[in-house]
Amino acid sequence: MISVNGIVKSYGKSFTLEIDKLELKKGLVITLMGPNGSGKTTLLKSILGLVVPEKGGITVDGKNISGESDYRNKICYMPQSSPFPPNLKAREIISITKDIRKKQENYDYELYEKFGIESILGKKAGALSQGTRQRLSAALAFMFDSEIVVLDEPTAGLDPYSSEILKARIIKLKKAGKLVLLTTHIVNEVSELSDRLVFMLDGKIKVDRDSFRSPGGNGKEFREMVSKLFMENEPAKNI
Amino acid sequence: MNLRKIFKYFFSDIIRSKWIPVYAVLLFALTSGIIYFSRDGQKALISLLNIALYLVPLLCLIFGSVYNYNSKEFVEMLLTQPVTRRSVFMGQYLSLGLSQTASFVLGMILPLFIYDFSINAALLLAAGIFLIFIFNGFALLVSNMINDKVKGVGILIAVWLFFAVFYDGLMLFMFYYFADYPLEKTTIIASSLNPVDVARTFIMLRLDMSALFGYTGAVFKKYFGSGAGIYVSILILHLWMIVPSLFARRKFRKKDF
Repeated sequence: MISVNGIVKSYGKSFTLEIDKLELKKGLVITLMGPNGSGKTTLLKSILGLVVPEKGGITVDGKNISGESDYRNKICYMPQSSPFPPNLKAREIISITKDIRKKQENYDYELYEKFGIESILGKKAGALSQGTRQRLSAALAFMFDSEIVVLDEPTAGLDPYSSEILKARIIKLKKAGKLVLLTTHIVNEVSELSDRLVFMLDGKIKVDRDSFRSPGGNGKEFREMVSKLFMENEPAKNI
Repeated sequence: MNLRKIFKYFFSDIIRSKWIPVYAVLLFALTSGIIYFSRDGQKALISLLNIALYLVPLLCLIFGSVYNYNSKEFVEMLLTQPVTRRSVFMGQYLSLGLSQTASFVLGMILPLFIYDFSINAALLLAAGIFLIFIFNGFALLVSNMINDKVKGVGILIAVWLFFAVFYDGLMLFMFYYFADYPLEKTTIIASSLNPVDVARTFIMLRLDMSALFGYTGAVFKKYFGSGAGIYVSILILHLWMIVPSLFARRKFRKKDF
């Protein structure tokens, strides 16, 4: 379980992330939503240790992550823009990641095979299209038997076929009792995948809602709620 | 364990960038040319000393910072894996320093051995290694503090100009205006604050080329004698190697990606 307690992270006067309390339990798909610049990626990066909060703390399975790195054996991350070093080949990126992480007897090659990663192994990351880099990133995020998978806008840049494969994989992971934490702007995606929605605005949690899907429901109520949240908040931000 | 792996990734990435072999070939051509065409061995040595003292720090500052800016994605990728920031920083710092040391050895030290300047070569090697690690520490410090590449490289060129050019001017200014006062201790402290000056003093004391000491070198020798002076200069160079890299590591520990 991930527990976020009273974290504060400021970027000058323009933006402050302030999360009083947020608990993320395993066996669920939890979606962070919100307008651009609302703090979703900053929160994910704080959990991964890429961003260092000024106050507060984050624990993973009860252990404070500050200054720690071993906990990242439990987490796999698929970033928004897959920032792979342009001069490294796909093969090298995979082998470095395998080399650093805890050794496993069996790696999960399902996405690796379905996304045709074999055919791009000899290509440099800089020569790959955005979509192909995303597929490589997804294949890496699901390759290890991690208890937590963090996905930042995972379907952005993916073709519809690859998106469906990825979504099916997310559901499979949830059924295996893992925690999937993702961000997205696509409302339908949330109603298809999520068990819980955390809506963020200006660095704060505005709505945190469980079980919005009624059994057998089509998620209409949820879609209306999210649309309302965006309609209320996004135009004001853009003016 | 992870430090060794991370060092390996950074080192192979740096070697692949072609900067390092080009740097080695250029230094080799320059050093061989100076030795071959110079009739006076002493003069050739002074020219090479100036290259080591002035050109090497400049190249370290530029290469170290540009590499750090360009490897942002690589660092970010590593930091999402179970590795400590300390290992990533040390891996990058050591691989930058050792790859440039390899170029320096092949480009400048090898020709000195070939032309039988072996003792001097060992001295230049020691001073060169100190300068390489000191100025890579500065390069990582500034590039971890400032996200804008152009601004960061500009500041580092100003750092180089300060140590290589302006600092001597400031010292001369001080000697001229306070010529009537005893300045020995002040001179030693002031020259200790410039790693280029300390590296020059270290070599000069060992070679005992009194005509080339300059004021600071002469004061160093008078105050400590040749033997103790060398040890003091080595100690100061060690401090210079540690301090900027420690600050750079501290900055890296708190850096957001």
